[in-house]
Amino acid sequence: MRILTILVFVLLHSTCPAQRWQTRTAQFSFHSSTKLEDITAANRQGFIDIDASAQTITAAVLMRGFEFRKALMQEHFNENYVESDRFPKANFKGNFTGNTVQWDKDGEYNTLVNGTLLLHGVSGHIQCPAKITVKNGSLSCTAEFTINPEDYHIKIPKTVMDNISKTIKVTIITGTLNRIQ
Amino acid sequence: MPVKYQLGRIMAAACCLLMAVRPASAQEDITDTVTQKVTQAFYSTRVIQSQSIEMLHKGNLDVRILHRFGPVDQGIKELFGIDQASMRMGFDYGISDHLTIGIGRSTYRKEYDALFKLRMLQQSRGSRTVPLSIILTAGAMIRTADETAQNGYKPDAGDRTSFYGQLIAGRKFNRQFSFQLIQTLLHMNYVNDGTLANTLYALGGGARYRLSKRLALTLEYNHVFSNLPAGYYNPLSAGLDIETGGHVFQLHFSNSTGMNERAFLTETTDRFFKGEIRFGFNLSRMFQLH
Repeated sequence: MRILTILVFVLLHSTCPAQRWQTRTAQFSFHSSTKLEDITAANRQGFIDIDASAQTITAAVLMRGFEFRKALMQEHFNENYVESDRFPKANFKGNFTGNTVQWDKDGEYNTLVNGTLLLHGVSGHIQCPAKITVKNGSLSCTAEFTINPEDYHIKIPKTVMDNISKTIKVTIITGTLNRIQ
Repeated sequence: MPVKYQLGRIMAAACCLLMAVRPASAQEDITDTVTQKVTQAFYSTRVIQSQSIEMLHKGNLDVRILHRFGPVDQGIKELFGIDQASMRMGFDYGISDHLTIGIGRSTYRKEYDALFKLRMLQQSRGSRTVPLSIILTAGAMIRTADETAQNGYKPDAGDRTSFYGQLIAGRKFNRQFSFQLIQTLLHMNYVNDGTLANTLYALGGGARYRLSKRLALTLEYNHVFSNLPAGYYNPLSAGLDIETGGHVFQLHFSNSTGMNERAFLTETTDRFFKGEIRFGFNLSRMFQLH
């Protein structure tokens, strides 16, 4: 009886393996647009984990990995705005809450992601549309949302207030995620 | 219920639990595998007048306008020294993140200067920890104002040229405090005053204490170990840095007049603690050229 029970579980488990994908080269970028200045920064070493069986998405990115066109701006971003020494990375944990994605069937799926972003030591709620592409068993995803620096206690000094937008557009392009066992 | 059967149920349940837990172990720690450079030990490439362990970024042009006024103790008639301004304008450029070149000219003795600054080691943490930054600086200066020695000799261009080499080691200890040691070897081709050596060695210290994200207190001192003639003193300066994003204002008080290495090491004739101090400010404006 004991052996039978174990056998049943093992069999069940092996017939429906965890559907899980990861990448460490996702591109995270953000954009601030004002009349005076357009600022863009990108990080191409983002971590993404999608677990289809749990319907969850996890993301992490190192703040120092964001590259700006102006090197001094990048230094100020790390030192004075997001304080990368104190808060080296940003995390996101969320769930797919929109249309059902058929993870094992090729196609493009528009769904929703709901979750918590931890940035600059402050948690905020994010809800955004996400597009998932399934092709030949591999997966990629794009998503876009806006954040307000003030919500994450990122202070923008008065002298540059007109140069930095109050809402920052964040774009995530994961590239191909690799299936993991 | 037989003991054997119960055991089986427990084991089956444990098995089930293990399987449920397995896929949840997310591997997301990415911070430990990366080396992170330590930046902004000082707001500017100068502590006050000495070179700091900061470098320009590649493609950045730093336009530096330095002012040093007359002695503060002259009172309101001279507006506490503001009426007598001495200045140096300089242009520094970052060829790479680790190599900066620069030129400048001071009104004092109409002296031109050029510098070459190389970062040999950068403080970092993470997977590769480097405890300090090491900088090598080399420079040359030439005075173009008319000079006549006491014996009537008129020094030529070669005589009016001097050189220096510096080894700077510094560390950003935490977000507030940074400290560096500066060793300088200065050579002057010709010295007017026979009591001053042609080659001298100085050891200095520079410190920063950050008050807020944009304000910092600075302090620097250089001690000349080769004997300075009577009436000459070691330069000491204390200041306040204001960083506004692209601009850095360095307000300071100093006992020296000169604003290059030769001038402040060998031609400081005031005593800081006798109140013989001058107000000054450095203005640094950064341009990203490409």
